[in-house]
Amino acid sequence: MYNFDFEKPSTVADAVAALGQEDAQALGGGQTLIPTLKQRLASPSKLVSLKGIPEMVGICRGDDGALCIGGATPHVQVAAEAGDYPALAALASHIGDPAVRNRGTIGGSLANNDPAACYPAAALASGATIKTNSREIAADDYFQGMFTTALEEGEIITEVRFPVPEKANYQKFVQPASRFALTGVFVAKYADGVRVAVTGASEEGVFRWTEAEAALSSNFSADAVPSAPSADGMIGDIHGTPEYRAHLIAVLTKRAVAAAA
Amino acid sequence: MPDIKMKVNGVERSGSVEGRDLLSSFLRDDLGLTGTHVGCDTSQCGACVVHVDGEAVKSCTMLAAEADGAEIVTIEGMAAPDGTLNTIQQAFQDHHGLQCGFCTPGMVMSASALLKENPKPTEAEIRAYLEGNICRCTGYHNIVKAIMAASGQDVGAIAAE
Ligand SMILES: Cc1cc2nc3c(=O)[nH]c(=O)nc-3n(C[C@H](O)[C@H](O)[C@H](O)COP(=O)(O)OP(=O)(O)OC[C@H]3O[C@@H](n4cnc5c(N)ncnc54)[C@H](O)[C@@H]3O)c2cc1C
Ligand code: FES
Ligand code: FES
Repeated sequence: MYNFDFEKPSTVADAVAALGQEDAQALGGGQTLIPTLKQRLASPSKLVSLKGIPEMVGICRGDDGALCIGGATPHVQVAAEAGDYPALAALASHIGDPAVRNRGTIGGSLANNDPAACYPAAALASGATIKTNSREIAADDYFQGMFTTALEEGEIITEVRFPVPEKANYQKFVQPASRFALTGVFVAKYADGVRVAVTGASEEGVFRWTEAEAALSSNFSADAVPSAPSADGMIGDIHGTPEYRAHLIAVLTKRAVAAAA
Repeated sequence: MPDIKMKVNGVERSGSVEGRDLLSSFLRDDLGLTGTHVGCDTSQCGACVVHVDGEAVKSCTMLAAEADGAEIVTIEGMAAPDGTLNTIQQAFQDHHGLQCGFCTPGMVMSASALLKENPKPTEAEIRAYLEGNICRCTGYHNIVKAIMAASGQDVGAIAAE
């Protein structure tokens, strides 16, 4: 690891100011960033820890009924306290392993937007709002491809707002070595329709399977799930071919609908 | 260089670290607490698990500066001062929960975190909780058995070796 300065502010305003320094970078739980630094794939001049900012940690219910989760809230806390949105709590309780869940944060996961991460699927399927220090971004505009998001340099996720669905379920097909999703599908049914988000499959990162959304919005049953989408543009690696992942999408969507219904 | 202070196994410790220094290296190199093992250094194996403010954390994936002001417990803090093993350690010995012993500090720290939040875990719960702790020797069976025994449960109930 190259060396860097370390700062741990206690307010969002101080964090934003500290991130104004050239090549400064936010540090959430460090579960992704520290391994990245060890590989010398990043060389920030300064890391600004977001772990000492009380206003960024915690879970509450907003006036509009949405579940609001502070950007620096660790996975373990979401697993324990997001009971109002059981599918989200269950997703958090299966990220990595207990030690990863004790440190890793929702903001870090969404900022990183790993193509096999779990939270991006939940945020996209829920039509969540990503709140930053300067604006609010709809999930549909936020995810812009593998490891790419709408965040600007130095912008930090302070909160994520999840509209709570009538029914939802996340199915993660675990890649046992990394403990990420080999492929994962999050299905959420709202009064005005069903949203289906897929992670761990596309080379473009998390995406909505709109064909399944249309079918499930008129008939919310596993039988209504369309046959597997095309394998074009799906990830192919040692763990699974593009065709295998495309197949998994349909299987996992059926399982998610069956579990939610 | 930030100056940091933390309580390690009940004793106030302090030191000067670089921003990039890991908690694992502060414990091992600066404090000489080499019971915390570094197996992979990539947050995969769990040999480096310690407790930070009561929670299991991979110390190879936390900056020392992040632990400023925290209470840390390492494997050295598990046995009594006279060397008497605690219940979990004794169960590992009784049930052959270790062979080379490299993974053991992390296993014991994870097991102790598990039993604090779930005093009577099922076999499946133990295996799920140990997902981030890798052992190359035992095949896990005797580790699971040891943790069942340490939680006062009947080890006869789990599958034969
Ligand atoms: C063994 C292992 C298994 C894992 N398994 C899974 C899994 O199954 N599913 C899954 O989804 N993830 C998994 N992860 C990743 C884990 O969830 C990480 O916690 C997460 O990806 C990054 O969160 P973090 O808080 O640790 O962020 P960090 O590592 O601190 O930061 C990651 C990136 O986000 C930026 N950042 C951090 N916080 C913010 C913020 N609030 N606003 C803006 N930018 C920010 C940082 O600058 C950095 O670029 C696993 C990780 C490990 C080590
Ligand atoms: S050394 Fe920390 S997880 Fe392997
Ligand atoms: S006892 Fe050798 S690695 Fe576990």
